[in-house]
Amino acid sequence: MKNVIMLEGDKMIIRVGEDLDHHVTKELKENIDAMVDKGIVRNIAFDFSTTGFMDSAGIGLIMGRYKKISPLGGEISIVGTNPAIERIIRISGIHKIIRMELVK
Amino acid sequence: MRDRMKLEFDSRSSNESFARVTVASFVVRLDPTLEEISDIKTAVSGAVTNCVVHGYENREGIITIQCYIEENEITIIVEDKGVGIEDVEKAMEPLYTTKPNEERAGMGFSFMEIFMDSLLVESKPGEGTRVTMKKKIDRK
Repeated sequence: MKNVIMLEGDKMIIRVGEDLDHHVTKELKENIDAMVDKGIVRNIAFDFSTTGFMDSAGIGLIMGRYKKISPLGGEISIVGTNPAIERIIRISGIHKIIRMELVK
Repeated sequence: MRDRMKLEFDSRSSNESFARVTVASFVVRLDPTLEEISDIKTAVSGAVTNCVVHGYENREGIITIQCYIEENEITIIVEDKGVGIEDVEKAMEPLYTTKPNEERAGMGFSFMEIFMDSLLVESKPGEGTRVTMKKKIDRK
């Protein structure tokens, strides 16, 4: 399943596909950054409701987007994580810099 | 019980999911929990991504995975014949990455260490890298 990108004002909502690994992040990163660079997007929400797997490449993608939008006053939020993905997010420590909405 | 398998495939990012799913299906005979499966997939994914991004630097190459099951322990060996690592100790430091511009989190080896019971990284510059990971699957 592919990633689906939606726009709500200056917020980009990314419904992440089945996997968020290095293979997927390459293309996703370019899509997000193009919209941020054009000034269209300031806040990013990752929706993991339909995602089964994420690894360190996914963490790298989120960290990188955080570095990009936080100087602009933007915020990253995450929704819909399964226990495996939530565990990876917590072990990586990035839950301290992003907003996690655990209740679906 | 003793069991083994060997997998050889081209170094391509599209093969990252193929590799972790294949290893996970091999481990299923040990009756792992969902969490153990997820740990193994994360570790294999990181090791294979390292081969693609660092070992072969997105060029052509062959990645080999060998798996051994002995009793309730899985050993996974992920190998490339790529550029190798100059300083393995440095490479294994959390958050360290040689490719900050590509926004690697620098957590690949850390995740392998956290999610597996043991991790051994052997590398020679110009010859390649071999990562050996072991994990015991709890008997239910």
